[in-house]
Amino acid sequence: MATRRKTAADRPPDRLTAAFRVVGKALRKVDATAKVVGATKFADDVALPRMLYAKLLRSPHPHARILGIDPSRAAALAGVKAVLTGKDLPIPFGILPVSQDEHALAPDKVRFVGDPVAAVAAVSEETASAALDLIHVTYEPLRPVTDATDAVTHPEPRIHDYGDGGNLHKLIDLEFGDVAEGFAAADLVREDLLFFEGSTHLPMEQHAAVADWSPDGKLTLWSSTQTPHYVHRALAKVLELSPAKIRVIATPNGGGFGGKSDPFSHEIVVAKLAMLTGRPVKITLTREEVFYCHRGRHPALMWVKTGVKRDGAITAMHFKSLLDGGGYGSYGVASTYYTGALQTVTYHVPRYKFQGARAFTNKPPCGPKRGHGTPQPRFALEVHLDKIAEQLGMDPAELRLKHLVPPNSLTANWLRIGSMGLGPCIRKVVAGSGWKEKFRKLPHGKGIGLACSSYITGAGLAIYWNPMPHSGVQLKCDRGGGVTVFCGSTEIGQGSDSILAVIVAEVLGVDPFDIAIVTGDTDLTPVDLGSYSSRVTLMTGNAAIQAAERARDIIARHAARKLELPAERLAFAERRVFDVENPARGLSFADAVQLAEAAEGTVGTVGSYTPPASPGRYRGAGVGPSPAYSYSACVAEVDVDPATGIVRVPRIFIAHDVGRSINAATVMGQIEGSVYMGLGEALMEEMAYRGNRNVVHKIPSLLEYKSPTTLEMCDVVTYVVEDPDPNGPFGAKECGQGPLLPVPPAVANAVYDAVGVRIDVVPITPEKVFKALRRKAKGEEPRFGPTAFPDIPWPDPTRVPPPWEGGDGKAVPLTPGASPGLDGARIPGHAPGVRDR
Amino acid sequence: MLRLPSFTYLQPSTLAEAWRMKADAGPDGAFVAGGTDLYPNMKRRQQEPKVVISLMGIPELAGCEMRDAGCVVGPCITLSELSILPSFRRSYPAVAHAAELVSTPLLRNMGTLGGNLCLDTRCNYYDQTYEWRKAIDFCMKKDGKICWVAPSSPRCWAVSSSDVAPVMVAIGAEFRLVGPKGERVMPAGRLYANDGINYLTKHPDEILAEVRLPAPDGWDAVYHKLRRRGSFDFPVLGVAAWIDWDGADIADARIVLGGVASWPQEVAEGGTTLKGTDLSDEAIARAADAAYRPAKPLDNTDFDLSWRKQMTRVYVKTALEELRERRRSTRKPS
Ligand SMILES: Cc1cc2nc3c(=O)[nH]c(=O)nc-3n(C[C@H](O)[C@H](O)[C@H](O)COP(=O)(O)OP(=O)(O)OC[C@H]3O[C@@H](n4cnc5c(N)ncnc54)[C@H](O)[C@@H]3O)c2cc1C
Ligand code: SF4
Repeated sequence: MATRRKTAADRPPDRLTAAFRVVGKALRKVDATAKVVGATKFADDVALPRMLYAKLLRSPHPHARILGIDPSRAAALAGVKAVLTGKDLPIPFGILPVSQDEHALAPDKVRFVGDPVAAVAAVSEETASAALDLIHVTYEPLRPVTDATDAVTHPEPRIHDYGDGGNLHKLIDLEFGDVAEGFAAADLVREDLLFFEGSTHLPMEQHAAVADWSPDGKLTLWSSTQTPHYVHRALAKVLELSPAKIRVIATPNGGGFGGKSDPFSHEIVVAKLAMLTGRPVKITLTREEVFYCHRGRHPALMWVKTGVKRDGAITAMHFKSLLDGGGYGSYGVASTYYTGALQTVTYHVPRYKFQGARAFTNKPPCGPKRGHGTPQPRFALEVHLDKIAEQLGMDPAELRLKHLVPPNSLTANWLRIGSMGLGPCIRKVVAGSGWKEKFRKLPHGKGIGLACSSYITGAGLAIYWNPMPHSGVQLKCDRGGGVTVFCGSTEIGQGSDSILAVIVAEVLGVDPFDIAIVTGDTDLTPVDLGSYSSRVTLMTGNAAIQAAERARDIIARHAARKLELPAERLAFAERRVFDVENPARGLSFADAVQLAEAAEGTVGTVGSYTPPASPGRYRGAGVGPSPAYSYSACVAEVDVDPATGIVRVPRIFIAHDVGRSINAATVMGQIEGSVYMGLGEALMEEMAYRGNRNVVHKIPSLLEYKSPTTLEMCDVVTYVVEDPDPNGPFGAKECGQGPLLPVPPAVANAVYDAVGVRIDVVPITPEKVFKALRRKAKGEEPRFGPTAFPDIPWPDPTRVPPPWEGGDGKAVPLTPGASPGLDGARIPGHAPGVRDR
Repeated sequence: MLRLPSFTYLQPSTLAEAWRMKADAGPDGAFVAGGTDLYPNMKRRQQEPKVVISLMGIPELAGCEMRDAGCVVGPCITLSELSILPSFRRSYPAVAHAAELVSTPLLRNMGTLGGNLCLDTRCNYYDQTYEWRKAIDFCMKKDGKICWVAPSSPRCWAVSSSDVAPVMVAIGAEFRLVGPKGERVMPAGRLYANDGINYLTKHPDEILAEVRLPAPDGWDAVYHKLRRRGSFDFPVLGVAAWIDWDGADIADARIVLGGVASWPQEVAEGGTTLKGTDLSDEAIARAADAAYRPAKPLDNTDFDLSWRKQMTRVYVKTALEELRERRRSTRKPS
């Protein structure tokens, strides 16, 4: 905390409004050339002398007890150097402290087809594969749980012996004010049921890892991971090694999208095999195995009920979600909270209730995929609002604009909103797309739809509780004028290395390409928690600013002495340090560094960042708070062929409030990439399983798991809105995940505009549209979607009065009717103490 | 990584050499052309040849020659070449178009016409790795006993997924097969059998040596393909329609469907109903209906099977409409 306050106080007041030299320009990424010419070394490119190759034997059963494993024939095969089974790695791990439910190799039970049970290291991949066939495993099959509803109705046999009962992993019930009263005060109350299918990340690079055990007892792991720090911790735990003896190097990731954020079996296995054999060991997963690692989008069944006034003002909202979690916990507890966390940050919701459940099922584990837990509820909410707007006879854009959450306010669930640029975003896409001329006015088959969203810029809490900073930066200035930045952040293609370069270049007045970036190496770099939750630009950026400003202060001190000027009059730009009032008078940056080094020794500084504490203090308040929220608005155009149900999306207009664009080129890239991924989820991506055939993944291949090709990709018209947030570096907020969220609902709303059928499920495939069109033709409900939400044994709710009902962010005891400050008359207006526009 | 197993690769330069190599290898030998079908299948252990004999170095199998009586195409021409050769495109737009719709540009640069016509049948219980297939206890097409698509069925229902084969059958092409015991020429349709396992009537030693196309006069043909995406994907339905015009009327017609059976499925009734008509809306509707009824897609490709069946009607209709449109636009000046 101390660090954070200091950062804030140190800040020159003009950081949000100053004119920038480097920040905001469209710059080539610092690592772009190497990637384009194929010189970047990914994990699979690491090759060490005497290296062995590992392969994993995976379960052919979705749910079974392991009665015995006989690896002797495999161990005896020529070329095999070691065989591992579950008993060799008995310590469990998992990304969340509350879900330490994974083993590197299943010791006694398998939980999905593809669950690793044994591993082999051999002189070649072919020998290792051949050895797998010689490992004999005896299984006792158990009834598999095929999906979340099946898990609700079949508590036995249990997949795990922990959780919230039967096959329900997690149950959440949170109540912010009395929703019943809110519904009673509404002019219209609407309920909807929607389903969001699971999808996977599909990074181009398959996961790979290489481990080396040095003679002096030190382990090095190179891995395509987004979270080297968490892998470091997991290795130390499972291998029972001191963290000081482990070095994790995150190689540049060929795409991550959340799929490389957990510690994985294969990483632990190659480490153990390297320790056993004394030789380096490599593993590169097949595409099919990447599908088994998964950790992708949770399939989510959702029910939403909202009360609104005639003008669209929300009086209360009740949201339920049921998530299909797959075989392990992964990030699932957080994912479940996320399906209920951000409903409140776009339009004012005075009373809010959320019930969320995550089920264990016998499929590869779900986890965080771009947007982590929020694209599903966002889809539900934005389609639901589109229907509400129609019932109220309001333009859906107007309805949203009228009830935006004010900036610098608190939400019902105690999230603190800073800058809020959704209004300008909506206006941009409405104007750009010609919305007013097109909505409900296009010929049959052509449609236009609108949706909005918001996303966190970094989670307010680390994955394991600790009071330390979330990001650290070390900075060293070289006598020659170069600068090296050390940071634990991980380059996954999103451009995080470039962000460090741009930010440090801005502060020190040097060229971003003069800066050497050292990242993702637990030996060399201070901890950064990893590339997830859109935290990197904000957190590493703030840490980098602090380190760079400290270096600037040191250099300025000595340059000022030499130039006989007060340090405040010095500016850093163009690789020079000079008098702002007389720019000719100055020194080169390198000369200034030399003066400082001569006087004080090596010029090196550190910076770090800890997010502000969240005002919410109830159990569950840890998921949702963020230093800043990004906002997006989207308009999708669709062509629907009524004869086939085939939907094409020619164009998407998207506006994104990024706070401040640090590198205009990467902001654009992230927005377009998010639209691409959202489009895939909207139209075709699907983790499909054969429930009746041993719950195998139906299509674990790049050919048959359908994601859009360039031919399906729409034109994208992007508007970058900059509403700087005081918590962001130069005001920056995230842009890597948020713009995905509004795409699926915008497409669904556009399909309705085009042909008058509601597809309350993504992906919106031709079959579904075709069926709904047939229903419409027969005079039945023109809709395709789920029809029931199962009964779930919800726990007693945690009751937290919203800020405007006198709460203090804590839960109140469960005495019926005793919520403090409950005042029906104030619904739905904004509360006292919450600033309005 | 998913690796190719070790195998011996041979490059004969004459047919005789190829047969000798094949005879030496016995059932462990396989011919390969572009390898875009065979190698992925080998990676997944669907096919396990120990000796792979390339046909690409045999001069007789290359090239494309326009003759008075039609066109003779060597099977080793790549799909890219076939689809861009100007003279071929002009004379056989439907074939060039079908070739152009196969998979991706990269695969078309490697994949050949012969390989496409001999393409293994596909099924999403079969086009999976060894480990995956093990998890469902395999199926009768490879390593197992049962058909998971139709468990009570004695046969395999894997799907003919070539884009070019239906066009060849529709336009009445002929194939010349050569083998160590001699050669034979057969109508294209005769190469195929409606059986997912024994989908070719060709003997394993026989090589497809020539594809003979009828002279392009008086007839017209189109190919329409249904798939999820505009590239990459195999057809879940292919409609090849051929019409022999006699003035404004139809002297003869054929409709052949790909992606709905283990062979290119000719819908004889569809063709017959068109004869003597001028492709009126009613005639088209009748033909589309005739094609719809026998089409029996099963749950072993992309998309829902009932929708795929519905789409036969739609796709046959649009294919025939295109033929009618083309006829009208070419006849207008006269
Ligand atoms: C991702 C992907 C997508 C694809 N999409 C499509 C698609 O959309 N449509 C489509 O039709 N195909 C598709 N294919 C299949 C394939 O690429 C093409 O059909 C291609 O034309 C096959 O030709 P090839 O030369 O590569 O065949 P090969 O793999 O070399 O051969 C295929 C088979 O034919 C035999 N063979 C080849 N030539 C001869 C010959 N002259 N005589 C006798 N036997 C022979 C071989 O022994 C082998 O059994 C796809 C493949 C992939 C991997
Ligand atoms: S149709 Fe049946 S037998 Fe044939 S490949 Fe598919 S599952 Fe196997």
